[in-house]
Amino acid sequence: MSITYLDAIREAQARALAEDPRVFIYGQDIGAFGGAFKATKGLAQRFPGRVLDSPISEDAMIGMAVGASVEGMRPIIEMQFADFSTAGFNQIVNQAATLHWRTNVPCPMIVRLPCGGTSGSGPFHSQSLETIYAHYPGLVVLTPATVEDAYSMLLGAVALDDPVIFCEHKYLYYHLKAEQLPTEATPIGKARIARPGRDMTVVAYSAMLHEALAVAQELAAEGTEIEVVDLRSVKPLDTDTVMASVARTGRLLCVGEAWPWGGVTAEVVARVASEGFGLLDAPPRRLNAKDTPVPYHPNLWAAHRPTARSIAAAARDLLGL
Amino acid sequence: MVHTVLNHGAAGEVSLFRDVYVEAYRWMLLARFLDEKFASLYRMGKIHGGVFLGRGQEALSVALGLALRKGDIFAPLIRDAAGRLAFGESLSDSVRTYLGSALGPMKGRDGSVHRGRPKDGLLPMISHLGAMISVVNGALMARRLKGISGMVGAASVGDGATSTGSFHEGLNQAAVERLPLVVVVANNHYAYSTPNERQFACASLVDKAAGYGIHGEELDATDLAGCLPALANAVERARSGSGPQLVIARLLRLCGHGEHDDASYIDPALKASPVGRDCLLVAEEYLRESGWADPVMLEAWREEARQKVETAVAKVQREPGPDPYTEDWCALASKHLAEGGV
Ligand SMILES: Cc1ncc(C[n+]2csc(CCOP(=O)(O)OP(=O)(O)O)c2C)c(N)n1
Ligand SMILES: [Mg+2]
Repeated sequence: MSITYLDAIREAQARALAEDPRVFIYGQDIGAFGGAFKATKGLAQRFPGRVLDSPISEDAMIGMAVGASVEGMRPIIEMQFADFSTAGFNQIVNQAATLHWRTNVPCPMIVRLPCGGTSGSGPFHSQSLETIYAHYPGLVVLTPATVEDAYSMLLGAVALDDPVIFCEHKYLYYHLKAEQLPTEATPIGKARIARPGRDMTVVAYSAMLHEALAVAQELAAEGTEIEVVDLRSVKPLDTDTVMASVARTGRLLCVGEAWPWGGVTAEVVARVASEGFGLLDAPPRRLNAKDTPVPYHPNLWAAHRPTARSIAAAARDLLGL
Repeated sequence: MVHTVLNHGAAGEVSLFRDVYVEAYRWMLLARFLDEKFASLYRMGKIHGGVFLGRGQEALSVALGLALRKGDIFAPLIRDAAGRLAFGESLSDSVRTYLGSALGPMKGRDGSVHRGRPKDGLLPMISHLGAMISVVNGALMARRLKGISGMVGAASVGDGATSTGSFHEGLNQAAVERLPLVVVVANNHYAYSTPNERQFACASLVDKAAGYGIHGEELDATDLAGCLPALANAVERARSGSGPQLVIARLLRLCGHGEHDDASYIDPALKASPVGRDCLLVAEEYLRESGWADPVMLEAWREEARQKVETAVAKVQREPGPDPYTEDWCALASKHLAEGGV
């Protein structure tokens, strides 16, 4: 049997629906149709009345989740694409994210964001928005990079008493496969060493993890050992694991698919520079997408975001190779 | 009560309508004194941030608060002091929130009109206009999913809020799900300084109801005797399964947008017209004319309301404010995921 990242997301939702009567799913085309990406395929039939089609109203979809959450439910909202979550931005950052702080009443809910670029998708179906959500207090922002994490982190998110922005990468949906689903939950908020190494640290998350792993493989053949850290969660950010890795390697490159101004890579570099300056043998570096909307044409798209090639070049540069 | 209010013309039920009317009037009175106290504390510099009053809107607000019952959901807005009290919010919750007492429901983390107790069905408004409607929908959806029926959710908005995307999405969503939602639009003819002509172009806001496929009604909200049955009726229709209800209430705000605002932009002709009547005076007149209260009773009620407000304020003024050193500075319920500050 082989299970894709997308299967894992569907199976995690099926399990949450089966085990927790508080869970329901609300989103566009997710009922009988099974969702634009089929992440809820078959679920409406298996769980009647709990997988509900919404109107194209991102603002009201999130508002609905907040109200249901207050009443003790655990709603999962599927945004058809991460890009459209900006139409519900106000409710996410001002309603969901502030509720517990203001009232002491928790607001457990999940907003699933199919994010990241695939060639041909263009400026409005390709965005990676973890940065803007991570900026707001009161939200947990998860970026699973593996089939196993997609499954167990989604289940972990359902168990959490806070609003979770669950960034699932569209490229990984079909390209990533595993033999079986994990039985143990992934602790939320802990990064992991995806590949050990002693010469430099590459911090990545979501689809960029796989680009970074490819680079580590490539450089290993040349005798350079790259340690790859998979953040898994960008908020909270597991500074300890990153710092411990940099302590071992003395060099840091942080890679993200989002835009360059501010953001996750800037945050990682800022933390390492301010709290672990003495650990560094070279200036910390970061690599992001270019500061333009995500382009449509494959020629432009491939050059817009970091790839194994550009990461390898940055890594070599940092290593003085 | 609803039945009584609806049939207040019927012989034998007049005395019951009188009881409801008197109760409503006394909440209005309490709300008015409370508002005036906040205004005076504001002028004395004793309130941090703005003060937003409901003067002139009490009849509508109280009618909604009374039409709802325990177990219902209510998302009031800035001019709903009367409706909040009638729905069951304590006087001390409002005073504590305005004065920033650490003992209040918001503990100084939020203030003024941004208060509530979600677990008691009283949703705390965020500032963003129109945003509470879909939250009420969600609470109603949750009840439905849990198999609980027979309750209503109400959201107050102003004429200005009807222009937001949230208002549209919220009403449409409720209509699609046929939720027991009542949206009450207090059309006080201005959104801050913006008059109706610059806010919408339909003949009446009630025209919007047809577009959503829901029931809509319009009323003169300066008259408590009209508000009570109209709101009770709308809430009852929602409760009994007729789907969302849109109530458009005509009135005028008899104060500034907030206490910082002198409202000089309000058209004097509107003020002088029937819509500019003070609902509290109209109600008082009604009480006197129907022989339900004499000047001595009215004065006693006033005195009682004044006393309640003074006592609550005096008590809260002695309470501590929030302490930044004991504040946990964590926005998450999952404390183990706190990021802390840098
Ligand atoms: C989305 C949004 N935009 C702007 C504001 C600023 N604002 C606060 S109250 C207000 C006017 C509201 O008018 P209306 O809805 O008619 O209510 P009223 O104050 O008349 O009761 C404005 C513009 C806001 N709170 N929310
Ligand atoms: Mg107005």
